[in-house]
Amino acid sequence: MTGKVVGISGSTVYVDLKGLKLLERVYVGHRMLAGEVVRLDGERAIVQVYEDTRGLGMNEPVKAGGAPLTVRLGPGLLSGMFDGLQRPLEKLRDETGPFIRIGKDMRALDCSAVRRFVPLKRKGDEVAPGENIGFVEEGAFRHFIAAGGRSQKRLSWTADGEISLEGPVGVFEDGEIITACSEWPVRVQRPCRRRLPVSGPIVTGQRSIDFLFPLARGGTAVLPGGFGTGKTILEQSIAKLADADIVVYVGCGERGNEMAEMIEEFLDLKDHWTGRPLMERTILVVNTSNMPVAAREASIYTAVTMAEYYRDMGYHVLFLADSLSRWAEALREISSSLEEMPGEEGYPTYLASRLSSFIQRAGVVETLSGATGSLSMVLSVSPPGADFTEPVTQACLRAGGAFLMLDTSLAHKRHFPAINWFQSYSLYSKDTIEVYIEKVSARWGTLMQRCRELLQKEQTLLEVSEIVGIEGLQDADRLVMRVAGMIRTEFLAQNAYTEDAFSPPEKTCAVITRILDYYDDASGRLKQGKGLEEI
Amino acid sequence: MRLSEHRYRTISSLEGPLLFVREVFAARIGEVIRIVAPDGRELAGEVLRIEGETVLVEVYGETRGLDAESTSVIFTDALRSAPLSSELLGRTFNGSFRPIDGAPMFVPEKRSPIGGCPINPSARARPQEFIETGFSVIDGLNTLVKGQKLPVFSCAGLPSKELVAGILRNARTVSASGSGHPLLPGAEAAFVVVFCAVGVTFQEYHFYMKVLEEIRTGFVAFVNMADDPVMERLLAPRFGLTAAEFLAFGCGMDVLVVMTDMTNYCDALREISTAREELPGRRGYPGYMYSDLASLYERAGRIRGMKGSVTLLPVVTMPEDDITHPIPDLTGYITEGQLVMSRELHQMNIFPPVDVLPSLSRLMQKGIGEGRTRRDHREISNSLYRLYAKGRDLRKIEAIVGRDGMTKGDVLMLDFADAFEREFVNQGTRGRTIDETLDLGAAVLKRFQSGKA
Repeated sequence: MTGKVVGISGSTVYVDLKGLKLLERVYVGHRMLAGEVVRLDGERAIVQVYEDTRGLGMNEPVKAGGAPLTVRLGPGLLSGMFDGLQRPLEKLRDETGPFIRIGKDMRALDCSAVRRFVPLKRKGDEVAPGENIGFVEEGAFRHFIAAGGRSQKRLSWTADGEISLEGPVGVFEDGEIITACSEWPVRVQRPCRRRLPVSGPIVTGQRSIDFLFPLARGGTAVLPGGFGTGKTILEQSIAKLADADIVVYVGCGERGNEMAEMIEEFLDLKDHWTGRPLMERTILVVNTSNMPVAAREASIYTAVTMAEYYRDMGYHVLFLADSLSRWAEALREISSSLEEMPGEEGYPTYLASRLSSFIQRAGVVETLSGATGSLSMVLSVSPPGADFTEPVTQACLRAGGAFLMLDTSLAHKRHFPAINWFQSYSLYSKDTIEVYIEKVSARWGTLMQRCRELLQKEQTLLEVSEIVGIEGLQDADRLVMRVAGMIRTEFLAQNAYTEDAFSPPEKTCAVITRILDYYDDASGRLKQGKGLEEI
Repeated sequence: MRLSEHRYRTISSLEGPLLFVREVFAARIGEVIRIVAPDGRELAGEVLRIEGETVLVEVYGETRGLDAESTSVIFTDALRSAPLSSELLGRTFNGSFRPIDGAPMFVPEKRSPIGGCPINPSARARPQEFIETGFSVIDGLNTLVKGQKLPVFSCAGLPSKELVAGILRNARTVSASGSGHPLLPGAEAAFVVVFCAVGVTFQEYHFYMKVLEEIRTGFVAFVNMADDPVMERLLAPRFGLTAAEFLAFGCGMDVLVVMTDMTNYCDALREISTAREELPGRRGYPGYMYSDLASLYERAGRIRGMKGSVTLLPVVTMPEDDITHPIPDLTGYITEGQLVMSRELHQMNIFPPVDVLPSLSRLMQKGIGEGRTRRDHREISNSLYRLYAKGRDLRKIEAIVGRDGMTKGDVLMLDFADAFEREFVNQGTRGRTIDETLDLGAAVLKRFQSGKA
């Protein structure tokens, strides 16, 4: 089906092509710019183009794609680096040079690659939809290949040994073919048998997170902070160090140089849980701030669909996005170019519902093949002017489970991670604390409570000391301040560039135990009449 | 594709800088337009929107005197591009890329679209080569590296131009003594400067041109003065960056791009957005200001396997000295750090009046230490920062309880903060080498750390 361009306004293009469906993919102009149908209006369709439309002319041809925006799923995604439309960046670089030229359509997976297939089902086996028929090895992982279809059917053949990604790996008796690669529309959640409640902690190695504001498998953490508060560094540390099987990281509308730094680092580093190269467990989706806005909007969906795909094999997947504000801004730009009625601060009124349905894609699931997989999210937000009352932060708060507020004043004191311990919270404490109590220390809960109390007391005392001076405080109070200071500098602060970047729960527990033991010991001696200076 | 010029006299309406043309055949978005006014004056413009055969054209410059009957509109079938050649060096152009230095236009080697193409993130090289700016507060605590974009956040009336001038005079990549730097010890390489003046006054223009003429390695200037067309404020930085990319990645030079003042750029963006009747965002600035600024700033960088680099030094004057104003706010979200100037330090006659606490260089970690600057750099810089932050914190308490109510240690910290400002930050216009900077920092630290024991 082809039609032609009848109007252009920025990246919004009007086409006279009948029979298009909403959200169908179309190719616009001689350069075949990729786009998505966003509105059907009588004779015309309105298309949001993912690329720079500069130079696009009237009457240029438009071709219907026949399917919505999809990603290609299959072996070889891991250690890949893609843009917001899943074009492989490294291949793009090798073929077209260091600058991204537009209108280059490229497949995400190298389909000519040959892999070894190990069948789990044989001829004559009954296979239900979603059930695994075998796997290929992808780095250290077993990449399971599931049967599609609608109903339980009998296999007439499965491959064994070398396969090409384009060819079949299995055939049903009715002739339907199972392939190793598949396509999935990015805006549709992948199915599962049932959803389960969040379970157990994700160890991030950040003491302030693991101890005070824990994250749970299948949970969502929101990480808002003004510029310079270390959002990106914190996200990247978590991506490097957290105990997840697979990490999907989206750099959504952020800095190119930072991504370059991250890419180099990830290529060098080893996963400290397994000792394998870190990239082997990582998928990067990069749409920097100067890459097209509409592709930025799509990038988080592209990434989360790949994350769900690995979740469906029974892996624990950690999804990190930096930053959701840039996604929301892309949504706003698109909405305003469609001349929709704006809501708060110009964002479209569907911002909150889009966000919450996106965040809803996190969770623990029983997969179609009966395994348990999880998808957890860490999402950073960049509130303008570090004002947390703005719509994106607020919408995230309603849907997320842990809120890690990054504080500009802590960052100015070079206290990193600059997580504010009064404003942040985690709804997962109850879901995770038992694991820590069982595996690390029976005192975990009490220690946490005492640590919080001390920090709270310090806050009160600081206000008093600003009036009377620190000399005017009693020794017991000055001890509290000294200990709280230790908690802040020796426990909560962590340098991402040293050995201390990852603190295992045992170490976390040992450090806080040492500080609190010192406090108990010192306050005991104070009671015996010793002066604070002596202690 | 028409591959020829088309001339129309079918203007249906005129509205500020916008004009609608009817019955246009096959226009292209972004197409360059020439408009001939009834009195023969020629104006430039660009296609903004196309609906069927009606085309919306944005006119650059003054639309006074245009009419619907006899004004003709020429569709050139070309996109806006910059003429490029190594003969750019030493030349001064206006915001439409016309020479204003009296010499004739050069013959271009090639033309490139001024929007540029995004650098593939996997092709970028990590910025990590130290640039010596001669200012201790930058080199020591907020180190600039090649390929970085580091803005100066200034307030009205503060000497941002003297700071930038100092950086322009001094900036060089340099190897510290005995550092094992790829350059020979003491060897240095200077930068080619691309200067983009956006909406500047004659005073500023005059000041900068004098500085530029001193630069040995050469410069290119794109000057849009305060009374030049507003649309050209959006073009000047784009021409500048296109030229910078050509010099860097086409000719292998290290390029330092100075853009001043980006506040004028953003105001121009707002003015034009309003004229286009777009929905205003925060404080009336368009919602796409982040993406627009990013399309400029992100052009800084280095590319793996290529010589040359583009380093960006934009100047932003914070309206009402407010760092949360949309302009500095969005800039800070895109750039890799910021140098924040302080009115307080300026009042105390400290130059450069850069406040260390809110300033930051995100790429510093990889640019310092052994092999880049000096092994003790990180430690000196961290200690200076920590103690100064403490001293500054204590100043608040001092204001309430007075010096007498404070412990000896606290008083020492207060003295340190003063000494740090007066001796380390304050240096006048004379440049210091990185060794001088670090030695001085270590000396100040030593005085106070030994005093404590």
